[in-house]
Amino acid sequence: MSTNATQTLDARGMNCPLPILRTKKALTDLAKGETLAITATDPGSLKDMQAFCKQTGHELVSSSEHQGEFEFLIRKS
Amino acid sequence: MGATDKLLAQSLDPALLDQWFDQRFEAKMAEREAAHVPSLSIIATKGTMDWAYPPFILASTAGALGWDVSVFFTFYGLELLKKDLHLEISPLGNPSMPMKMPFGPQWLKDINWKVPNVVMAGIPGFEKVATGLMAQTVKSKGVASIDELRSACLEADAKLYACQMTVDLFGYSQDEFIPEIAGWIGAASFLPQAQKSDVCLFI
Repeated sequence: MSTNATQTLDARGMNCPLPILRTKKALTDLAKGETLAITATDPGSLKDMQAFCKQTGHELVSSSEHQGEFEFLIRKS
Repeated sequence: MGATDKLLAQSLDPALLDQWFDQRFEAKMAEREAAHVPSLSIIATKGTMDWAYPPFILASTAGALGWDVSVFFTFYGLELLKKDLHLEISPLGNPSMPMKMPFGPQWLKDINWKVPNVVMAGIPGFEKVATGLMAQTVKSKGVASIDELRSACLEADAKLYACQMTVDLFGYSQDEFIPEIAGWIGAASFLPQAQKSDVCLFI
């Protein structure tokens, strides 16, 4: 997980739509421009995070997968 | 041709005017689309644990996406707004419901226990057991509880409406329900709202 993010969210083991709900909640506590790093195991989260960011206007800085875990970095807009 | 059109035709090149209008129209439409907040209206009519998921998953997710959400709970759906959620499932008469053990070795978990209706109907407490197994499965698969999804809806300012007619029909009292209910309304109040929604679902 990225260590330089403002905040981190462990969404491992959570199933749809919990990773998105928790991400939204975590983002409300951040200021504009701050970043949130999320780790998830739900394979659906890959597409969901893209759709979430597209709809809400937050920036999906990066997303990656390794060993069944998905990592996302989102910058609050 | 109206007077304005005649004047415009005399002073302006109509082809240029068309071009200007097309560009302006596109720009205005894009502006409106960008400023538009999508909206979702759901009519929730079912009160079993399995059927509680679709309205609450969709409503909470739409809320997280920043949409305006309203849900109208009517008939058995009203059960989903009770303070104390005691939702159950009934596998009886539902051939699509897999009956699998949430614990034990993998070979045991993989077995789909096809129980005939007549057996299910004859065993007292069968639904309680099925509900317990479902709750266990939900937990072990990392799926949210109904309570959690309902709270997420409320946090996202989703408007949860209760059908007043059903309250009267089923002999409920308003204090049995969560205090966050946005209104005790009827079809005539909900329909005009649903009419303006981008997405409207009956569940």
